[in-house]
Amino acid sequence: MELLIGQMFAGLSLGSVLLLAALGLSLTFGQMGVINMAHGEFMMAGAYTAFVVQRSISDAGVSLLVSIPLGFLVGGLLGLVLEAVLLRRMYHRPLDTLLVTFGVAIILQQAARDIFGAPSVDVRAPAWLQGNIELLGAPIPLTRLFILLLSLLCLAGLVLVLKATPLGRRIRAAVLNRDLAETSGISTRRTDQLTFFIGSGLAGVAGVAVTLIGSTGPYLGTNYIVDAFLVVVAGGVGQIKGAVIAAFALGVLQSVFEFSTTASIGKVLILVLIVGFLQLRPQGIFSLKTRSLT
Amino acid sequence: MRVSVTTRALIPLAAAAMVTALTGCGSQISDPASANSTASGGSSCVDTSGSSVKVGFINSLSGTMAISENTVFDSLSLAAEEINAAGGVMGKQLQVISEDGASEPTKFAERAGKLIQQDCTAAVFGGWTSSSRKAMLPVFEANDALLFYPVQYEGLEASKNIFYTGATTNQQIIPALDYLAEQGTKSIFLVGSDYVFPRTANKIIQAYAAAHGMEVLGEEYAPLGSTEFSTIVNKVRDSKADAVFNTLNGDSNVAFFRQYKSVGLTAASMPVVSVSIAEEEVPGVGLENVEGQLTAWDYYQTLDTPANKKFVAAFKAKFGAERVTSDPMEAAYTSLYLWKAMVEKAGSFEVDKVQAAAGGVSFEAPEGTVTVDGENNHITKTPRIGKINSEGLIETVWSSPAAVEPDPFLASYDWAKDLGK
Repeated sequence: MELLIGQMFAGLSLGSVLLLAALGLSLTFGQMGVINMAHGEFMMAGAYTAFVVQRSISDAGVSLLVSIPLGFLVGGLLGLVLEAVLLRRMYHRPLDTLLVTFGVAIILQQAARDIFGAPSVDVRAPAWLQGNIELLGAPIPLTRLFILLLSLLCLAGLVLVLKATPLGRRIRAAVLNRDLAETSGISTRRTDQLTFFIGSGLAGVAGVAVTLIGSTGPYLGTNYIVDAFLVVVAGGVGQIKGAVIAAFALGVLQSVFEFSTTASIGKVLILVLIVGFLQLRPQGIFSLKTRSLT
Repeated sequence: MRVSVTTRALIPLAAAAMVTALTGCGSQISDPASANSTASGGSSCVDTSGSSVKVGFINSLSGTMAISENTVFDSLSLAAEEINAAGGVMGKQLQVISEDGASEPTKFAERAGKLIQQDCTAAVFGGWTSSSRKAMLPVFEANDALLFYPVQYEGLEASKNIFYTGATTNQQIIPALDYLAEQGTKSIFLVGSDYVFPRTANKIIQAYAAAHGMEVLGEEYAPLGSTEFSTIVNKVRDSKADAVFNTLNGDSNVAFFRQYKSVGLTAASMPVVSVSIAEEEVPGVGLENVEGQLTAWDYYQTLDTPANKKFVAAFKAKFGAERVTSDPMEAAYTSLYLWKAMVEKAGSFEVDKVQAAAGGVSFEAPEGTVTVDGENNHITKTPRIGKINSEGLIETVWSSPAAVEPDPFLASYDWAKDLGK
C-alpha cells in the first residue's frame, strides 16, 4: 500500500517534470512548428541561472524563488535572440531549423563548459524543501511536490494567457491560419517573437526546477529533450491539453513499467508503446483541426 | 514545400535520438584492426639517441568523459614535470605528446595508433572507460607497445601490453563487501548504471553474497546519464536492506543521492557504499547529499603518508589550492613513476626488456608501496573504505591490514570459480 502510493506519486511527479520540460516545446514546436533542438539547452541555461543566483543570494529558499522568474527571463531572452538572429529566416524550412538549432545546442553546451567548467555544479535545495511528508505511510518528497505544483502553475498561467489575453488570441489566430490572421491586421512577426519568448522562458523555469532533483551540468538538456519531444508528439502537435495528458500518462506508465521490470526495459517499453500509438494515430492524442489548406 | 504533420512530428524524434547517440556514452567499438593497418609487429621506431624520449598521454579532453579524464591528464603532467626536474628517465627528458580521446573508443584506438606509429612514443598513459581500454588493447598488442591504464575496472583481463595501475575487483569491490560483512550487514541492495562495469561488479557481488550468507534484496540498473530515480529509490526503501552498493556512474549519482535523501533515507539508516564517487565528484553531487556515506577506493587525499603529502602539496601548487586529488589521479601519477622504475631496471626503453623487468618493480606511491605483479601486469594495492566528511574530503574508516595482491580473474576465490565462464 505504502509502496503503491509511493509509486503513484513517483509517476505523477515524473509526469510533472515531463510536462514542465514539454510545455514550452508544445508552444514553439506545436504552435509555431519550429523544431528547436536547443530547447534542452534553454533548460540548462535556466538551471545555471539558479546556480548563479544561489552564489549571490546564500539563502537557498529566497534564491530559488528569485531564480524562477529570472530563469524564465534568461530562457526567454535566449529564445528571442535565437528567433531574431536565425529562426525567422527559415520558418518554412523545418529541416534547416533542426540542423541550425542542433548546432546552437552544441554551442550553448560548450559555452556552459567554458563558463562554469565541465564538472556538474551543486544547486542546494532550500531547507523547507528537504525531507518529505508522509501520506498513508509513503514518503512524498517535498521537492517533487514543489515541482508538481510549479508545473500546474505554469500550465494554468499558459492556458490563461492563451485563452484570455489579446496576445493569446493572436497566437491562436496565427496558428489556425497565419495568412488570414495577417490579413486581419495581426502582426504575426511580433506574435511569433512573443510566442517564442514564452516557450523558451518556460524551458528556463523547467531548468530551475530540475536542479532540485538532478545534477546541474552542461549536458542537462540532453536528458530531457527526447522525452519532451515524445510528449509533444504523442499529445498531438499544437495541443496543450494533449501535452498534459501525454506527460502524465507517460510519467505514470514509465514508473509502472520501471517498477515491474527495470529502468532500461521500462524505457524501451515506453518507446515501443509510443511508436505503436503513432502508427495508429499519427496525429497524436488530439489533432489540430484547421481550415487552412495544408 | 509542405511537410506532413506525421513527418514533421517524427523529425525531431529522430533528431533527438541522434543527440543522445552523439552525446551519450553508448559509443560502439569499431573494428580495431582498422586502427592498426600498418602494424608491423614490434619493429619499434622509438628514438632514444637524443637527450629526450617521447611519451604519449591519451585522455578525453573533450566529450562527456572530459570531466574525469582532465584530472588524470593533470596528474600525469605533474608526474612528467617532476621526473624531468629530477633528471628525467635514464638521463633523458620526457617529451610529452598529448592526444584527445574525445570520449570515443574509436578515437582512442586511432589516436593510440598515431602515438605509437607516427610519434614513436616509448610508452602511452591514459584511458578511462573500459570501452576505451578494450578499443586500444588490440592496437597495443599488434604494435607490441605499452599502455599504462590508471582506473579501477571490472577485472577479467590481463594483456602483456597493458599495465593496470588502478584497482581490479579484488582490490576494491571484494574488500568493500568484506567490510560490510564485518559491520554485520546481512542484506544489501545493488544499484548501478546499465553498462559493463556495474553488471560485472554485481555478478561478483551476487556470488560473494551467496557464499557468505548475505542476502541481495534487489539489483537495479538505470540507463547511463539517467536522472529519474523515484522508482528505484522506492524499491530500495521498501526492501529495508542494511546497506546499498552503488555502482552508478557520473551525473546519475547526483540524482540518486538527492532522491535517496528526499524519501528520508540517510547514511545512518541505510548507508550507501559507492565505488565511483571520489573527492573530485563530491561537490557536483552536493556535499549535503552524501556527507557520511561510504566509498571504496585505494587512495584518499587525506591519507597520512609522506609520499601523499608531497603529492597533494605539489598538485595544489601547480593547479590551485581548491583542487583535490583522487584515486584515479594517484594511480596515473604512480603509473609514470612505475614505468620510469621499469625502464631503469631494464636499462632500456625497449618494450620487451621493460616487460621482462616489470615484475617486482615497486614504487613508494602516495597510497603506500605498490609492486608490479609480473604475471598479470597489475599492481598490489591497499583497499580502503572511506567516509565523506563535512569538508567533502574522504577519511579512511577501514583499511586492509596489508597490500592486496592483484587477482583480476579471482582465481584464488573458491566462490568465484564460475564467474569467468
